[in-house]
Amino acid sequence: MSTMTSSMPASPPQYSIALVSAVALAYEILLIRLFSVIQWHHFAYMIISLALLGYGVSGTFIALAGRWLLDRFHIAYICNIVLFGLSSVACFLAARHAPFNPEEILWDFNQPFFLLVIYLLLALPFFFASNTIALALARFNNNISRIYSFDLCGAGFGSLGIILLLLIKFPMDSLLLLGSAGLTAAAVAWWEMDLRPRKWMLAFLTAALILPFLPVSLKKPVISPYKDQSQALRVTGARIIASRSSPLGLVNVMESPVIPWRYAPGLSINAEKEPPPQLRIFSDGNSLAAITHYNGDNEQIAYLDQMTSALPYHIRRPANVLIMGAGGGSGILQALYHNVKHITAVELNPQIIRLVRDDFGEFAGKIFTNPNVDVHVGDARGFVTGSCEFFDLIQAPVLGSFGPSSAGLHALNESYLHTVEALQEYLKHLAPEGCLAISCWVKLPPRDTLKLVATAATALERNSISNPRQSLALIRGWQTSTLLIKNSAYSAGDIAKIKEFCSKRSFDVVYYDGMSIKEANRYNILDTPYFFLGTQALLDNKRDEFLNQYKFNIRPATDDRPYFFNFMKWRTLPEILDSRGRGGMPLLEWGYLILVATLVQALAASLALILLPLRALRTNARNKEYDGGISRFRVFAFFFCVGMAFLFLEIAFIRKFILFLHHPLYAAAVMLTAFLFFAGMGSRHSKRFAEKKGPAGAVLSAAVAIVILGLSYLITLKPLFSALITLPFCVRILISIMLVAPLSFCMGMPFPLALAQVGKKAPELIPWAWGVNGCASVISAVLAAVLSVHFGFSAVIVAALLLYCIAAAFFP
Amino acid sequence: MTLIKSNVIDYQAFNTGVLMRSTIIFTIITFIFFCLLPCLQARADDMFAKARRQMIQAIEENVRETARRLDRKSLDPKVMSALATVPRHEFVPASYRRFAYENRPLPIGHGQTISQPYIVAIMTDLLNIGKEDQVLEIGTGSGYQAAILGKLVKTVFTIEIVKPLAEQARKRLAKLGYDNVEVRQGDGYYGWEEHAPFDAVIVTAAASHIPPPLIRQLKPGGRMIIPVGTRFMVQQLVLIEKNNSGKVTTKQLLPVMFVPLTGGH
Repeated sequence: MSTMTSSMPASPPQYSIALVSAVALAYEILLIRLFSVIQWHHFAYMIISLALLGYGVSGTFIALAGRWLLDRFHIAYICNIVLFGLSSVACFLAARHAPFNPEEILWDFNQPFFLLVIYLLLALPFFFASNTIALALARFNNNISRIYSFDLCGAGFGSLGIILLLLIKFPMDSLLLLGSAGLTAAAVAWWEMDLRPRKWMLAFLTAALILPFLPVSLKKPVISPYKDQSQALRVTGARIIASRSSPLGLVNVMESPVIPWRYAPGLSINAEKEPPPQLRIFSDGNSLAAITHYNGDNEQIAYLDQMTSALPYHIRRPANVLIMGAGGGSGILQALYHNVKHITAVELNPQIIRLVRDDFGEFAGKIFTNPNVDVHVGDARGFVTGSCEFFDLIQAPVLGSFGPSSAGLHALNESYLHTVEALQEYLKHLAPEGCLAISCWVKLPPRDTLKLVATAATALERNSISNPRQSLALIRGWQTSTLLIKNSAYSAGDIAKIKEFCSKRSFDVVYYDGMSIKEANRYNILDTPYFFLGTQALLDNKRDEFLNQYKFNIRPATDDRPYFFNFMKWRTLPEILDSRGRGGMPLLEWGYLILVATLVQALAASLALILLPLRALRTNARNKEYDGGISRFRVFAFFFCVGMAFLFLEIAFIRKFILFLHHPLYAAAVMLTAFLFFAGMGSRHSKRFAEKKGPAGAVLSAAVAIVILGLSYLITLKPLFSALITLPFCVRILISIMLVAPLSFCMGMPFPLALAQVGKKAPELIPWAWGVNGCASVISAVLAAVLSVHFGFSAVIVAALLLYCIAAAFFP
Repeated sequence: MTLIKSNVIDYQAFNTGVLMRSTIIFTIITFIFFCLLPCLQARADDMFAKARRQMIQAIEENVRETARRLDRKSLDPKVMSALATVPRHEFVPASYRRFAYENRPLPIGHGQTISQPYIVAIMTDLLNIGKEDQVLEIGTGSGYQAAILGKLVKTVFTIEIVKPLAEQARKRLAKLGYDNVEVRQGDGYYGWEEHAPFDAVIVTAAASHIPPPLIRQLKPGGRMIIPVGTRFMVQQLVLIEKNNSGKVTTKQLLPVMFVPLTGGH
């Protein structure tokens, strides 16, 4: 490349910058997808958050080696793009071979090391991507707002592009395509900067064309041997017979002709019959549901009447049933078994519907096209809210992950399905005497079940039901429990039916109004009747006392803090850790602890990354090489606050809009794209704005606008959502974009304005400021999650607004 | 030229000398090694025996702390002596042998694990088994649990679904002399009809429900135990009891002593 010659280009290589940013953001989202398939997704977030520290390292690197690199700008710029493209593929291929197993982390001291190897490897691509942007910012420091706007807009399109790509391609194929997009960016850069000889451009393009055709063996995901799918595949004769991929997950259908699947969770111990032949559905390698063979003969599916979830069918004959989460169809089958005439089912993942309806429709007895059954694609809560029907029974599938086995893993998944507000909504859509049935896995000591009782009681109270105690009934088997919630009281006849249902199946009645302790704990015996006592305490006036004393967090989840599955209480942690040798480990709430561990690591790494170059720069500064009269503390404070605040707002709004757009993925795609694109626009216009008001004045007005807009959203979003939630999906997307556009437009201004200021006064500080901003974003992503678990999304938004005010005060 | 040539010859002579000497040294070392091998083996056995004693102490300590929950002060001494004699290190892959007597679960390949010794002790103890009993195990895995049971009862029938694991366990148990353990590869759902009924059943394989055939193959007065959880962590134990009149009840136990209310008893 030494022969390359070029005239000094007047404008920055903006298209390659946009393309690199797009690929980097797409890569980040894709990694979450890939790690969810091969590992467990909660570790995926940790790995990726820490890998993003590659941005921070890059700032340090350019700050230290910047001069040398800037002297060779073209070659350095191109090399970093090429290395980014290649490492994005190579590092993932290498990282998946690290034998990391989260479950061994407390016993095997090699495990933290494997984890470190994984995220160091994955930090590399982000390091190279960030180098290219930081180099461009430093090189063209008179054109910062333009570069930053291309960076942001590129990232916005990247987040949209990867979702579209994942709709048509498997994750591993998408990875190779991203790698080749990275190489294409190098070719674009070569062309943009008008470098010679032109054959290098052709070479990059050829490499980009070849990359997607890597040998198939390399594309195979190395899936953890402890995932359900890997375990099931070891059964003689078991094989995957259908595979579908979308941004929602990798769905596999598996058959086992030699040793049949027998998926019947919560089956009564008195059941005589086993389930008919089944196919199993796995989502990202986790067992999701089963498709049960059905030929119209109800005798064959009699096992479905032997589960706790069959209780509501025995109290009244419901005519109009809503199944939330159609899955493989067992909820529908259960309703068909009980001769329900009108069944409505909602399923989020259209691919699962297609599999059960079309590909395996014959096997499943065409239940999805049965004249009595209506299947809808969508989110259950959104469907209920938008529906004008009233149901005799709303049946929720067993709450939480498949099986009680993955305790604590879902602690940080937002779930708007099980908040107080959600239950209020469901109850409003019940016909007179109708009933809402929600089942849970039985965990010891009880967690989900009691939290559900607390949630239901609160929802009933908020709906002004006169006596919530009379509206609840709870039963449990050894594996599942089912809670029935009504708007009216259970009659003596209803209670007699509940008792009869339970005694026939050896289930225990846990609660109905007026039940005595003698009736509890008869068949599935616990040393103390925790379920009975807990429910009684929660429905008493001693609820708050009980919630405080309980060692797990069983306070109801709300729309502002929708973490139903987070049961963590800090004060219980020492006791659990102490009982490691006595099998106490499963009581740990992994999801939350991992988040905290990530935060600690990110803080430590960021400190090292920010303080280290600061010291180095100080030593240099004594040479009076650059003395723009700029306070480094102000630079640090400004870029740190802006980095934190930007992501705080972005994340809080993504989470808040899940409720409106019905799926975390849609919310993330729409919000990221809109936020980044309009912030890019804001950056683009910031220069003109600054010419009028001066940079400091422009930043101040932007901050004021952000605070006003943010506060008004805090107040208006909730009523706005409930008023508009019934609109069609596309309209809701448009509204969401329009809502965040003005806010993100303002959010795009402070960063480039301040960076331009730094560029004027002390250009050597540009990479460092970029690095500070990168580290702040990493910390802020994790911190936002911790804050929203404890204080709710509104608190995160308020914190972000405060940070913008602080930033404005520290404008360099 | 000559110089070079002589050099070459010298070099060859030197080479031969070195070769001879190293052959002799190698032979001596090999000889010493083989002489020492039994001693080394004995020393390794010693080490393992010591480690095993420490493991027993750890289990006993942990049991004392969990006593109330399990309704007993200590585990059956027979169970403890079985744990004290079965060489756990023979049941784990070579690379994990040094951890064999630590109170932790270990991977054994094929996505399977060998349970934490504390859990093995408790499950075995809860089965209430005697010298003349017949036990059925679903999920052989490494064969360690079967070996422990083999020390305590008349015969153990064990079924493993993963073929290579079943074969490995069969060979291993035969080699170690557990003649009263019979291993079969296949589906455990229907139990082992020819040898039914059983005094005790232990289901260590993941089950979405309790297979009705297994309940049928349980003798009146018999007990069945099912650990619920993941490969590495047992969350709770389900104990199924069939009384003398054939009525079935389940008990759910937490392996660990844990009172969910602060200020509770």
